[in-house]
Amino acid sequence: MRLLNTLALAFITIGLFFMVVGAIGLVRLPDFYTRAHASGKCDTLGEGMMLVGFILYEGPGLVAVKLLLLVIFIYITSPTAVHALVHFARARGVEPWKKGDARR
Amino acid sequence: MIDVFYASVVVLILTVSLCLYRVLVGPGVENRLIAVNTVGTKTIILLVLIGLILERPIFLDIAIVYAMINFIATLAIAKYLGRGCVC
Repeated sequence: MRLLNTLALAFITIGLFFMVVGAIGLVRLPDFYTRAHASGKCDTLGEGMMLVGFILYEGPGLVAVKLLLLVIFIYITSPTAVHALVHFARARGVEPWKKGDARR
Repeated sequence: MIDVFYASVVVLILTVSLCLYRVLVGPGVENRLIAVNTVGTKTIILLVLIGLILERPIFLDIAIVYAMINFIATLAIAKYLGRGCVC
């Protein structure tokens, strides 16, 4: 039991780290495509790791099944939503940032 | 373990405020949309955390429905702004 709690704590901490890094990237990075990179990858990974930590904390049962469904759903849909947004921005004519340009 | 959940709630609310900066400032509609999508993703984790702290599993169902609504809303808004209609 103690081992499982320690493992859950490690997963939750790493997930929190990735979510904080994603938010900082969303503020700091210079243009839309790099921000989409930060948001799409860090958020999916951080959320998945936090939910896996909650599963390890809860133990087997209905709650764990619901959390597992949530992990699978988010793992599919979150990158899809970010891809749709990037597609929309590309169709709208947003140019990628190059080295030496101003921040946007 | 409950203390860890409370600390996670505080850290997540701080990251949500970071994302709200991008919603307020960000040039153009696409930056705002991606920041709103990120806020929605963090809200799902907050709902699960509230359910675990208060020991009410009904919040997990709310979190699942919120994930679906967040996905469909982002997709629909992106399509509407890109093509002029949801089709």
